[in-house]
Amino acid sequence: MEEQSVNYAVRMKNITKTFGKVTANHGVSLELRKGEILALLGENGSGKTTLMNMLSGIYFPDSGSIEVRGREVAICSPRDAFELGIGMIHQHFKLVDVLTAAENIVLGLPGGKYVDRKQVNKKVREISDRYQFDLNPRKKIYNMSVSEKQTVEILKALYRGAEILILDEPTAVLTPQETEKLFKILRNMKEDGKSILIITHKLHEVMAISDRVTVLRKGECIGTIETAATTQEELTENMVGRPISLAIQRPHVKRGQEMLKVVDLTCLRPDRVKALNKVSFSAYAGEILGIAGIAGSGQKELCEAIAGLYPVSGGSILYNCQSDGAQVMENIVGQRSDQIFRKGISMAFVPEDRLGMGLVASMDMVDNVMLRSYRQAPGIFVDRKRPREISEKLIQELEIQTPDVTTPVRRLSGGNVQKILLGREIAYGPSVLVVAYPVRGLDINSSYKIYDMLNEQKKKGVAVIFVGEDLDVLMEISDRILVLCGGVVSGVVDPKETTKEKIGLLMIQADGETQGEEAKA
Amino acid sequence: MSRPGNEQKKPFIHMVKRDALSSQKQWLIRGIALMGALLAGALLILSLGHNPLAVYRDMLVGALGTPTVRRETVKIAVPLLITAIGISLAFKMQFWNIGAEGQALMGAVCAGYFAFFQYDSMPRLVLIPVMMLAGMAGGGLYGLIPALFKAKWGTNETLFTLMLNYIALAFIKYLQNGPWKAPHSQFPKMSMLDDRARLTKVLGVHWGWILALLLVVVAYFYFTRTKQGYEIAVVGESRDTARYAGINVSFVMIRTMVLSGAMAGLAGMLQLTGADYTITEGTAGGVGFTAITVAWMAKMNSFGMLAVAVFIAILERGSNKIQTTFKIPASAAEVLTGLILFFMLGCEFFINYKLVRSRGKEADA
Amino acid sequence: MNTLLNLLVAAALAGTPLLLGTLGEILTEKSGNINLGVEGMMFMGAIAGLAAPFVYEQWALKVESAPVGWIGAFLALMASFLAGALGALIYGFLTITLRANQNVTGLTLTIFGTGVGNFFGEYLGSRAGGYVALGDEMKSAFANLSIPGLSQIPVIGKLLFQYNWVVYFAIALALLMNHFFKRTRVGLNLRAVGEDPAAADAAGIHVSRYKYMATVIGGGVCGIGGMYMSMVTTSCVWVHNCVSGYGWLAVALVIFAAWSPARALLAALIFGGLTVLRLYLRIPGMPMQIYEMFPFIATILVLIVTSIRQSRENVQPKSCGFNYFREER
Repeated sequence: MEEQSVNYAVRMKNITKTFGKVTANHGVSLELRKGEILALLGENGSGKTTLMNMLSGIYFPDSGSIEVRGREVAICSPRDAFELGIGMIHQHFKLVDVLTAAENIVLGLPGGKYVDRKQVNKKVREISDRYQFDLNPRKKIYNMSVSEKQTVEILKALYRGAEILILDEPTAVLTPQETEKLFKILRNMKEDGKSILIITHKLHEVMAISDRVTVLRKGECIGTIETAATTQEELTENMVGRPISLAIQRPHVKRGQEMLKVVDLTCLRPDRVKALNKVSFSAYAGEILGIAGIAGSGQKELCEAIAGLYPVSGGSILYNCQSDGAQVMENIVGQRSDQIFRKGISMAFVPEDRLGMGLVASMDMVDNVMLRSYRQAPGIFVDRKRPREISEKLIQELEIQTPDVTTPVRRLSGGNVQKILLGREIAYGPSVLVVAYPVRGLDINSSYKIYDMLNEQKKKGVAVIFVGEDLDVLMEISDRILVLCGGVVSGVVDPKETTKEKIGLLMIQADGETQGEEAKA
Repeated sequence: MSRPGNEQKKPFIHMVKRDALSSQKQWLIRGIALMGALLAGALLILSLGHNPLAVYRDMLVGALGTPTVRRETVKIAVPLLITAIGISLAFKMQFWNIGAEGQALMGAVCAGYFAFFQYDSMPRLVLIPVMMLAGMAGGGLYGLIPALFKAKWGTNETLFTLMLNYIALAFIKYLQNGPWKAPHSQFPKMSMLDDRARLTKVLGVHWGWILALLLVVVAYFYFTRTKQGYEIAVVGESRDTARYAGINVSFVMIRTMVLSGAMAGLAGMLQLTGADYTITEGTAGGVGFTAITVAWMAKMNSFGMLAVAVFIAILERGSNKIQTTFKIPASAAEVLTGLILFFMLGCEFFINYKLVRSRGKEADA
Repeated sequence: MNTLLNLLVAAALAGTPLLLGTLGEILTEKSGNINLGVEGMMFMGAIAGLAAPFVYEQWALKVESAPVGWIGAFLALMASFLAGALGALIYGFLTITLRANQNVTGLTLTIFGTGVGNFFGEYLGSRAGGYVALGDEMKSAFANLSIPGLSQIPVIGKLLFQYNWVVYFAIALALLMNHFFKRTRVGLNLRAVGEDPAAADAAGIHVSRYKYMATVIGGGVCGIGGMYMSMVTTSCVWVHNCVSGYGWLAVALVIFAAWSPARALLAALIFGGLTVLRLYLRIPGMPMQIYEMFPFIATILVLIVTSIRQSRENVQPKSCGFNYFREER
């Protein structure tokens, strides 16, 4: 018994964790062997992150036991975790913005009264060299790219002597090239005898990097399989519970007229840095225009500018609209949203921050449905009758799970929240629909429902603009993909005729063309 | 490589967020908290060598025992309630207006201009509404200043409104010493109002109490039924959402703060023309702060504020009584109010979270 | 020249309670807690700082021994620190453990602390037969020092070497805190807690412990500031409402000082000067009461200017105002 368990870095047995009425994990068991890469696969909401948070000391299990290197332990805090040699790289990095990389790395460590920065820098450089990281320890976090921040997180774990490394969706924010680099480092670490657990919902990544894979579904463990002995189809079935095709439809619709034309759009951030620099493109009726780019490349500003919510410092945003029976392109720059509305421009926007921008978390469905239209009612009083009808219709049509229309939307699950938001935006019959990260955090069923709804709009002749982070999804659903890099359009490509790698390159090379020319010269 | 063994330590209890608690249970918890606060107050009284029960009873009698004291209690509650309604407007918007004190003073000053110097230049039927409008304008304009800066640059309104309190106070002192000093008086104080500028009494108290009750109802409908009330709620929840909904956040903020200040100004005007008949440094008398606790304890519900305002008024009035009977300083009211609010703030935790004994070990046995 | 010198000296004396309040609040805010109860904690410190030597004096009289000045001063220091810390502990328990709204809890602490200060001030006064006042021994313990040799140096001696001991204590504290934040490991950890408690937690820092320590010690420092008001400003006599807005000024000065203890020294000196300006600089035709507005108007100007000129560094710790719950979902 003792000898057997020594081969395991971690054994979690019968772990159960609940949040209020929600059971996030139920009787889950998991084993991580020494020197292996184990993938933890499951769709959003299946409890992967919760399970790992119990290893890293963020949550404490309701019941069950955890063994680390054959010894039963109680991990009550992150400190306990790294004293046991467990380091977790969270999906949302846990770094202090205003501090430097080195300061973040030594944060919270025991030691003398003063921090010996020289010593720290030296040790950081040693680890960097060993695994081929590239990092300036004196750089402040807020000046870093996502990939650099991830490097700091990994270094932080290694600096603390982590033997067991947990990475939560590490590739979600990386370009294909950066992902490849990360995988190489992970393999190096495995060679070095570290045990690595990687949380993901991307099947091809499981196949590419892992030795074994453990599948979670709805908070329960479905089983563990040798990666070499399985297929993507089998994993899908395990993950979802039934055999389904994960292909996303791209219905063929004849492209209609130009509904939105953006010309030389330039926006400044509050710190006067250009968030968007001379962005030009058009969106047409009956197509889905995908927008790709690494996080913070100007997607948020672009969406908000198109929706008339972000100050524009240059260029124009032209909407196709009816004016006295004639079709005109109306510039919305410099106009207030109620003016835009009165012009008859019907644009819908599903923002990235659903509960912080698109909806009012503490209000019920009725009050949320009237958020963008309450002004239309005459007089000083609000009219809740029509919003109530729309709410009830949405619940029926979109199969929204809610006790009733008076439940605060905060209490609903992510998928239902998104259905309400998208449903409301569609309910008013827009001609341009902008959606930002519409399936982030949603389970597979909800995600496909959302894709269907978007395709439905496309068929109706709506110009859909889809800002996404998952290149696989973007390439399947979009008719064209616009790539943003540092606020500049680095390319518009046809997903049927390009590769993920090529888009990945566009994502990190704003001046791709000029570089190419220089290379030729 | 040795890792310290930590098998022994397990959290004994930990807390989890709970689902919505039924409102009966919520009020039960708040009731228990109130008892806890009174108990803590009792311990304080006991430590001073008095019988807490006797003191509490004396407070009640002193506040409600006779028609005269009942009227006094109502007189305290009126400005408290109106100011609290004003504050709840701003607080719902997450605009921390703690300058109601200054807004009330400025309201009193503006109304005072007509009350002291113009009382004979117009008929009473005109004078009273003019004074009301002047009071509301004074408070509203004083509330407008921080709102403008908050809307334009995000200037910290908590401290801004607070500083305005002290400026208003200094301004009153200036008026007392200089331009508005009562003629022939040796002391720096203003004269008493002429009868024509005093409010009529209804059932022994100036009619401000009827106005206050009316405002409770109006405020309730304003919050729940009007577009403006809806806008305030959205802005308070999230500025981004408001922007997204096409709400002009700056405008809503300014409009609401003017209303909020106007309520405080109205309270100041009532205090001048209905209760004090003069302006002193104590005209606002901490109402601006106490009203914050009233609004917060009632969770910004105007009917709740009515109940809380009366309760606090009983405390204050009762404290005056125990000062004479037991020689317990009247500041006891503030201490007690503070204690009650501490308990109220603390008990919200038990409404939102629950403590769970960890079962880690037993379950896998 | 002489007027300027006198003004500077008076400014330093008047600025010291502001400095202590500001330092206490800086420490508190560095942990991500914004405690608006400084005024209340200063009141609590003021009464405790006065009551402790008062009780000691009474006891000394009873046993017929002469009260010793430095013992009284030490008791005042300890009592005021503990009283302020107690106020902060209430605030800390409510916001850190029970996660109550920081703004409202702070305001309540102000109401409570003001009540406690005035309540016990009057209570002690009524038992002492009218008002609380200390004897000459205690007064001299808080009088300006006379350091042989140094204090007699012209100009410099007056400017630097003849304040009461609390002034030097406050300045030393400011320098110490500056060093603490900039250089030490614990200071670095504390900054992390204030900026991003989730990150600090994940790095193994005990977030609640840091928050409690910073808040309670910060409250204690505010309490000492209050003690200065009752022992120095009003010369060992309890005056009703003696703190009168100094606590709020201190909260505002934190912004002026841009969360830097070193800059708080300058900020406190300037604002100390503004509060005593009327005694040294008479502007013809300006009524006395208008001078009283100066520090408050200046504060507003500071608030406006800092809000217009937004910068990335030297700003409020990012998590200020938000309570941390590890299992938040």
